[in-house]
Amino acid sequence: MHFHSVADFIAMGGYGFFVWLSYGVTVLLLVLLILASRADRKKIIRQIQQRQKRVAKLNQAAQAEANHQSVELQL
Amino acid sequence: MWKWLHPYANPEVSYHFAGKLQVWLVRLTVVILSIGIIWALLFAPADYQQGESFRIFYIHVPSSILSMGIYLAMAIAAFCSLVWQFKLADASAAALAPIGAVITLIALITGSAWGKPMWGTWWVWDARLTSELILLFLYLGVIALHNAFEDKTLAGKAAGILALVGVINLPIIHYSVEWWNTLHQGATVSKFGKPAMAASMYWPFLWCFFGFACLVGAIACYRFKTELLARNSMRPWVIQLLTTKEVQ
Repeated sequence: MHFHSVADFIAMGGYGFFVWLSYGVTVLLLVLLILASRADRKKIIRQIQQRQKRVAKLNQAAQAEANHQSVELQL
Repeated sequence: MWKWLHPYANPEVSYHFAGKLQVWLVRLTVVILSIGIIWALLFAPADYQQGESFRIFYIHVPSSILSMGIYLAMAIAAFCSLVWQFKLADASAAALAPIGAVITLIALITGSAWGKPMWGTWWVWDARLTSELILLFLYLGVIALHNAFEDKTLAGKAAGILALVGVINLPIIHYSVEWWNTLHQGATVSKFGKPAMAASMYWPFLWCFFGFACLVGAIACYRFKTELLARNSMRPWVIQLLTTKEVQ
């Protein structure tokens, strides 16, 4: 172990501000990148699912229309 | 080799492969990066000239090397996409750009925070710092072009050309410390042959470097999967994947 106490570790020999700024910014930016990547993925998945629902609904409507017409023809 | 590689040209196979790879890379990241950071912060010796501020080295140098490595990977992917029209290469280039931009920003900010106590200034417009800043702008340009067109293929072409032109910046960054007078010190770890530093500092650096590399790989796999979903949104395998089970 290089440091003798927690205070020693925080102080970083007088360079504490710069060292912790570096490590802090790194963690912050990486967390933001991961969160943004997750948001992108959720957005794409939602878009595809919504379009799929719309397609299913249209298919259903077309099916109903076709059934209706065949009933009319029979009459 | 082509026969072996062929199944991976299928987006569905690649999607599941990237998923498995991601799981392993996350595990490796947790182990390797923890060891690296704890070693770098708690056990590595202080530099005889720079004191404890030297601990910034353990994130500054890995992120700087990776910022160029990711760019090279992205440019190679863009080249494959432009020349052979590999759709997967285009997806991986698009997945890598935001990661590269963040890593470059980390390299710049940690460099700045190291420069202030060592050189007495946050920033100088010298060759090394300016060329690294241009690298950030290249990444931002590539990201902007990927998002500028509704048509992903067209967007990939435009972004790919910018990525390829920008490759010229990589040797400029690497040799900037030799070609011009600069405050930035010369190469320490990327020199061929023996590294110009003590083993007690070199080992934690290696762990940090490979830890960050695994993290970048894991995020790349994750973003690559998203790109594949977006590019194959009409395919039956995507629809089946998104309707049959809850995907995260």
